[in-house]
Amino acid sequence: MDRLEELSRKKPVVAAIHGPALGGGLELALACASRIASDDRRTQLGQPEVQLGVIPGAGGTQRLPRLIGIAQALDLILTGKSVRAGKARKLGLVDEVVPKAILLDVARKRAAALAGGRPAPKRSPLVPEKLQEVALEDNPIGRRFLFHEARKSIRKKTRGHYPAPEKALEAVRIGIEEGPEAGYRAEAERFGELVVGDVARHLVEIFFATQELKKDTGVDDPSVKPARVEKIGMLGAGLMGAGIAYVSVEAGIPVRLKDRDDASLGRGLRQIAGILDERVKRKRLTFRDGEEKLALVSGTTDYSGFKSCDVVIEAVFEDLGVKQTTLKEVEREAPAVIFASNTSSIPIGRIAEAAQRPEKVVGMHFFSPVDKMPLLEVIRAKSTDAQTVATVVAIGKRIGKTVIVVNDGPGFYTSRILGPYLNEASYLILEGAAVDEIDSALVDFGFPVGPLQLLDEVGIDVGSKVAHIMQGAFGDRMRPPEGFERIAASGRLGRKAKKGFYKYEGVQKGEKTVDETVYELLPGGVRRGSIPREEIVERCVLQMVNEAAYSGAKFHDRSRSAR
Amino acid sequence: MTNRTGRRTAIIGGVRTPFVKAGTSFRNLTALDLGKLVVSELVQRCELKPREIDQIVFGTVIPSVQMPNIAREVGLATGLPKEIEAYTVVRACATSLQALTTAADAISAGEIDCAIVGGSEAMSDVPITYSRPVAQAIVTASRGKTVVDKIRAFSDVSPRDLLPVPPAIAEYSTGLSMGESAEKMAKENGISREAQDAFAHRSHTKAAKAWDEGTFSKEVMRVLLPPGFEEAVVEDNVVRKDSTLEGYAKLKPVFDRKYGSITAGNSSPLTDGAAALLVMSEDKARALGMRPLGYLREYAYAAVDPNWQLLQAPAFSVPKVLRRAGMKLADLDLVEIHEAFAAQVLSNLQAFASKQFADEHLGGAEPIGEVPDGKLNPNGGSISLGHPFAATGARLVHQALRELAARNGNSALISICAAGGLGGACILTRE
Ligand SMILES: CC(C)(COP(=O)(O)OP(=O)(O)OC[C@H]1O[C@@H](n2cnc3c(N)ncnc32)[C@H](O)[C@@H]1OP(=O)(O)O)[C@@H](O)C(=O)NCCC(=O)NCCS
Repeated sequence: MDRLEELSRKKPVVAAIHGPALGGGLELALACASRIASDDRRTQLGQPEVQLGVIPGAGGTQRLPRLIGIAQALDLILTGKSVRAGKARKLGLVDEVVPKAILLDVARKRAAALAGGRPAPKRSPLVPEKLQEVALEDNPIGRRFLFHEARKSIRKKTRGHYPAPEKALEAVRIGIEEGPEAGYRAEAERFGELVVGDVARHLVEIFFATQELKKDTGVDDPSVKPARVEKIGMLGAGLMGAGIAYVSVEAGIPVRLKDRDDASLGRGLRQIAGILDERVKRKRLTFRDGEEKLALVSGTTDYSGFKSCDVVIEAVFEDLGVKQTTLKEVEREAPAVIFASNTSSIPIGRIAEAAQRPEKVVGMHFFSPVDKMPLLEVIRAKSTDAQTVATVVAIGKRIGKTVIVVNDGPGFYTSRILGPYLNEASYLILEGAAVDEIDSALVDFGFPVGPLQLLDEVGIDVGSKVAHIMQGAFGDRMRPPEGFERIAASGRLGRKAKKGFYKYEGVQKGEKTVDETVYELLPGGVRRGSIPREEIVERCVLQMVNEAAYSGAKFHDRSRSAR
Repeated sequence: MTNRTGRRTAIIGGVRTPFVKAGTSFRNLTALDLGKLVVSELVQRCELKPREIDQIVFGTVIPSVQMPNIAREVGLATGLPKEIEAYTVVRACATSLQALTTAADAISAGEIDCAIVGGSEAMSDVPITYSRPVAQAIVTASRGKTVVDKIRAFSDVSPRDLLPVPPAIAEYSTGLSMGESAEKMAKENGISREAQDAFAHRSHTKAAKAWDEGTFSKEVMRVLLPPGFEEAVVEDNVVRKDSTLEGYAKLKPVFDRKYGSITAGNSSPLTDGAAALLVMSEDKARALGMRPLGYLREYAYAAVDPNWQLLQAPAFSVPKVLRRAGMKLADLDLVEIHEAFAAQVLSNLQAFASKQFADEHLGGAEPIGEVPDGKLNPNGGSISLGHPFAATGARLVHQALRELAARNGNSALISICAAGGLGGACILTRE
């Protein structure tokens, strides 16, 4: 890279970028005298190294801040996010954005012009908000403040679990404060340390596993091809139903959305329009794209438009009888479709008992909020045929989900390993631990939210219901603590009831305050004892690990799950 | 209809929005919004794979300057495959009948196999334009090089010219509004105020009964109003469920206050709405396993001098279509006549039956005869259901085919009078 940079001074090298220029690709481009990018949607620039537990190792931490400023460079390097060509132009990361057809031409001309002694065109003029940044970066006190703030925000996000962002920050700082030579050395040292560390190794493993999963069709027989899906029928326009409809139209798949009355349907459509509006406001979508996607969903209160669906997904009330009735209606109205149930707890095999064509019945377990949660659990009942599985797996990938295929059974995989974990948290509460104590211990351990906050989100009543189903299926190791039902029975259902372990009224958005009145329902009352954090973590996590091991014994394809 | 390839056009299905008075429920929707709603719902109800569609023929009578080819915009905005070609047709109140017959010609010629046809009208969203002098000044100014040039361009504009001009439903050629022309017809054909009011009352009574009995449940979609989707528009709001004859008598004539007989009660109202049909060649319908509502058997258009009787062209197009089909009025089980004004319907009916009219205008042919009351507009018409100009043709076709099935009849005649002295007619059959 240095040689390239050196060469570039004598004989200008221009990078013509089309498609992803991530990591080493961008670092190569940074060493060039000028960068021209195509305006194609596929063109992306970024330094995603921290996502793999390492830092840019070929000068990225040094050249990027010098090119686009410290704050903007940190924003890319510390998060690993990538930007499209237009944004890259605004950041000063590339000098020009042109249509792909003339990319090479323009780049050649630029190189010739640079060789003829003409300087690269001036970058976008400084706008007022940028001035402030520059002022901050140009003096040592300002810089110290900037680095300090960045470190604080990293700590808050990683909770000390991921070393890479902080190391990247150090390399950037050293380069700025002590000069390029020290900077490159610092970068190389830190890269070396990180790359042999555990965190990087695991993140890389996850990366490859995910890549592998993307290729996985969900069935073992390579001759099985997914059916063509041109329309999805969505039953139920509630939070889940509308969420699934949204991710489908976002991916360009038309949706026929059904609910029992105009009011419920309207709420669902409003939810979808709301997410699209938000994306238009954030410039993720153009206004016209938003309108076009919204036009892909149409509402109905009867089964019209379902016969021509390829797949019908139900997100109706979580009750076996209701699901079976729905299944029978769908089979009558739309004889050829695949019926996918978005149940979180009812075995697909049980639902399929009511089916005339059980081979077309499958589970698609989405997680709330559907537009944000990346996982999709596809459940294959004994009766489900391979093409049905392949088809819904293909849908899952089209809508951008990480798809796992699991065998049927109470709680499937996710709820099953979650069950004992949540139970354990409940036992801890009954033993006198405080709500926030439990949650913060597990968040520190690395979970995005703690178990009790999760219960609030899912619904405490839902949690109880699922817990009992699991106990019925797996016996006493899944037994929820006695006395815990009192919480849900008192109407304290979690966020949806604005009353749970945490307060939802009279607190600022984003603020988390334990609703102490919940303790009145529990033994021990408001005065909470203390249980060591390590004990909290081990008891909860090991329950989960154990259950994963139990389920692994019967996992449908051990090679796949082991990978 | 059989010519060239000899392929008949099958009408597979249809749907319309509720028709509502301009300025009410749909006041925030454009013709494109309405067209998009109706086309999207049509594709759903017909259980059609959108890639089967070859063409969209669509129209709006009061066009928008932003989208001269509304048919194309409807296709794109509905999220249908972008490969479906589309063009816009206009024939005033017969616009969606024109869309149907044009597509049928293309099917018959073997050019296409499947089309969506229809029209939408948003009277609440009419383009307001500037007067000629202002428009000319703006154009001149935009060409002007300096600020002085630009300002000078406006020197001939008087303050009066600055008032915006709403589109008139007046004939460009005669300068008379529709209502004034209908007024002229009422007088020349001797159609009394009482007869008009009675006919309007009949229209509302029948429409109200049809709504009550659920006759329109398969024809009219429910519209959840964007952007909030809170309000559901589910019924026409023009129809008077409590229509009484006395109510009409009280109304003042609007187009000739002194000697006139045409009132708000016996005219069709300004209306917002959209309607569309799915049509296919007979063989395509069979291949897709679709059960058609019926077939287009024949059509005909005619025109009269707008200065004579603007809305009397049906007296020519109807005999013409019957002759082409080799049918008599008595062969028909149903006659659906567009009701622009009660005076116009009654004038048309009078001419159909008149020997004198046939002698004077049809070269002495036998008059086609009287339309029996039981076969005429049994579920109301444009006076009571409303008249979004470009949607009325598709509404009539769909409504007639459903009614034919209900009364187990086979053939229906549809007649539409249109601005410009135009008339369109077609014959539909179920078999
Ligand atoms: C005739 C026309 C001018 C009336 O417009 P309008 O004044 O807005 O009509 P409205 O619906 O407000 O009716 C006026 C009044 O008559 C009353 N009215 C209308 N029909 C009535 C009935 N059947 N019984 C009792 N009262 C009736 C209304 O309630 C209203 O009363 P209000 O003023 O106390 O509220 C308008 O509908 C028109 O231009 N129609 C012709 C459209 C046309 O040319 N079409 C082309 C055909 S090809």
